[in-house]
Amino acid sequence: MAKEVSPGVLALRKVVEDVYADAREAKKQGKLVGWSSSKFPCELAAAFDLDVMYPENQAAGIAANRDGEIMCQAAEDLGFDNDICGYARISLAYAAGKRASRKFDPETLEYVINPASGRPLKDENGKVVMGEDGKPKKDPKTMQPYTVLDDIHEIEALPETTEKEIAYKNFRREAIKPYRQMRMPQPDFVLCCNNICNCMTKWYENIARMCNVPLIMIDIPYNNTVEVHDTNVAYVRAQFDHAIKQLEELTGKKFDEKKFEEACANANRTASAWLRVCDYLQYKPAPYSGFDLFNHMADVVTARGRVQAAEAFEQLEKDLAEAVKVGKSTTPFPEKYRVMFEGIPCWPKLPNLFKPLKEHGVNVTAVVYAPAFGFVYNNMDEMVRAYYKAPNSVCIEQGVSWREGICKDNKVDGVLVHYNRSCKPWSGYMAEMQRRFTEDLGIPCAGFDGDQADPRNFNEAQYETRVQGLVEAMEANAENKEG
Amino acid sequence: MSIEVLLKEFAEISEHPRRQIQAFKAEGKKVVGVLPYYAPEELVYAAGMVPMGIWGSNKKTISMAKEYCATFYCTIAQLALEMLLDGTLDDLDGLITPTICDTLRPMSQNFRVAMKDKLPCIFLAHPQQRKPAFGIQFTMDQYQHVKGELEKISGNTITDEALREAIKVYNRSRAARREFVKLAGEHPDVISAVSRSAVLRSAWFMIKDDHTAKVEALNAELRALPPCDWKGKKILTSGIICDNPKLLQIFDDNQIAIAADDVAHESRMIRVDAAETGDPMMALAQQFADQDYDILLYDENSNQNRRADFVVKQIKDSGAQGLVLFMQQFCDPEEMEYPYLKKALDAAGIPHIKLGVDQQMRDFGQASTAIQAFADVL
Repeated sequence: MAKEVSPGVLALRKVVEDVYADAREAKKQGKLVGWSSSKFPCELAAAFDLDVMYPENQAAGIAANRDGEIMCQAAEDLGFDNDICGYARISLAYAAGKRASRKFDPETLEYVINPASGRPLKDENGKVVMGEDGKPKKDPKTMQPYTVLDDIHEIEALPETTEKEIAYKNFRREAIKPYRQMRMPQPDFVLCCNNICNCMTKWYENIARMCNVPLIMIDIPYNNTVEVHDTNVAYVRAQFDHAIKQLEELTGKKFDEKKFEEACANANRTASAWLRVCDYLQYKPAPYSGFDLFNHMADVVTARGRVQAAEAFEQLEKDLAEAVKVGKSTTPFPEKYRVMFEGIPCWPKLPNLFKPLKEHGVNVTAVVYAPAFGFVYNNMDEMVRAYYKAPNSVCIEQGVSWREGICKDNKVDGVLVHYNRSCKPWSGYMAEMQRRFTEDLGIPCAGFDGDQADPRNFNEAQYETRVQGLVEAMEANAENKEG
Repeated sequence: MSIEVLLKEFAEISEHPRRQIQAFKAEGKKVVGVLPYYAPEELVYAAGMVPMGIWGSNKKTISMAKEYCATFYCTIAQLALEMLLDGTLDDLDGLITPTICDTLRPMSQNFRVAMKDKLPCIFLAHPQQRKPAFGIQFTMDQYQHVKGELEKISGNTITDEALREAIKVYNRSRAARREFVKLAGEHPDVISAVSRSAVLRSAWFMIKDDHTAKVEALNAELRALPPCDWKGKKILTSGIICDNPKLLQIFDDNQIAIAADDVAHESRMIRVDAAETGDPMMALAQQFADQDYDILLYDENSNQNRRADFVVKQIKDSGAQGLVLFMQQFCDPEEMEYPYLKKALDAAGIPHIKLGVDQQMRDFGQASTAIQAFADVL
């Protein structure tokens, strides 16, 4: 059954499309385009009217488009170990000029279709059409060329003297996969904030080196207490001022206070609307699945300083209010159990993640990203404190408190923990957190091994067994409560 | 004392850190564990306590630490936790937990949780923007916190005078170790790779005055030796740690000498001294600001390839013919810097090999084959 798409969701999709389109256009016009880590204070770049792209969001998109493996492999061929974060590997391969492209015949300039691709052909009654070989026939409209790796620097170095050479070169440019994340402009500068991990520091240093561009760094050291100490605020606040100076030098413009305040107002409005949208998962049954929130993260990451993002989330909020009123949910199955999904999803394996949950009636009604992106503040110092509290920069007590808060508010029956090979800081204290969830909330937890971007690190059989185990534990828990 | 006797003593201490802790305790001293990287040991010394470096173990296996860690974490951190859990480090009076990499960040929480009510854990977050004035201030703020916690453990106030004295002791230790590294590179016929490691490793387990005295005595002996006509090969080692005698024996067996190193456990930690005059806390913060060319540290000029160029220069200056990179498994900062290190080495025509290592490795057959083959191309 095709999912009904609400106006809010459509608006959110457009916002992200526009962010990418604007950056492509800016690049065409010779303007500066930057790459930024997801929790770098976007308000600073907005004060200079800079177009900024987000490699983490891009990597997630590339992984969800099934090109995570070929890009990770490309990074490994450049010498980056397969143990490095999958997002970083994808991004570094991309920064080096590597692209997932479509195979074509250089003589005829026609794509070479992969016979294994495509969806089954259905007749007018919706029945699958079988071929002479006894196998389902493929719908030719859905079949795709083979995926191959290409390199923009190699392409640009190709000769273009004859018509044939020009045609070949142009076709090879066009053969690069056309989805937005594979067509992101190369950076003229990079903005790094390592509040979520230190890997970010080295990742962005590598991009700066590969592309020979300036790097603007906001360092947020790990914090061992729930409170952010004044000395920590002073350190980060000084870096904001330093970053502003660097941006002034880069752009040749003065810091525009008005634009900055506007971006701050938008970012606050977006964050507040995002949090209210997240809160709709508290309804029982929830009007949507937490998996949908993962899709909307793109907006919070790439566009939280834009008014359109705030408006789109406010629209979604209205849609959800209506859905609750009429008792509708976009979750395509009746909700039997409610869980928190801990960690970043395995983007290349979203359908596989969803499948056993659907089978058992498990709805994801809490995700850690809800509080993680709720940056709400009133002034610069509060803004520093807000950016200080990223998912992986906080102490275990804060991490547990966030999670237990949403577990309680969103009434979850269990927790599904993703031990994410790509994310050492996130997975590093999950075992202790699991113990606390069970002890404090009396709910079962189950962990599984996976990866946010590299499909080779996900074991579907193990995942299904762990979901099964979690469901049994939740069932037993429910019986005990009734009993 | 003869070189042989000194080396034997270093080897004994290097192989028995627990015995060292027990001896200190028997003397009534307090001992503070110091995890990697860049913790200001001078503060521990100035508080009248013994800092004990904890860089994992080559003899333990991860078992109890599994209750806290998934498998994909560096064994140095996991085995440190293992030793805290299995009683090996029960005699410690405190523990400093720096957080400069993505494994140490969450591990600082695991250490604190696992040692609750048992051992005070002193949290330390270094800034990556360590050079500007605001970075130096942040380092000082952090060190001030560490100082306060150490004072609670020791019961002593750390005076500026005591700290300045500690800085002198540590500068002298670093200078002696730097000279030893140079002399060891010049006299591989006398200082094997295994012995070299023991001399440097034992520094983490000794009061620095004692260690320095022994190293200076050794250096004096080495200086008096005639120049060595080394027929074997010379390399530079790089990585986080390479202190396993069995692994290092392979180098000795193949006549491969360590001319110098770019190893965190060895030279990366002793490159920079602190000022012996002025505000001693400021001196320590400035010392951290002056640290450079390290995979763990942010480089303001990151669009250049400064670290790799530095390593290439080290190789040329030390007379090494190639580089052996001990790639600690799951060490992403080291892994992230490898492609550009490789690029610089290739550009300079310097051969290298990358050996995947972790502290639970017991069989070095593969490494042995790789090292032998590498020796042939040097």
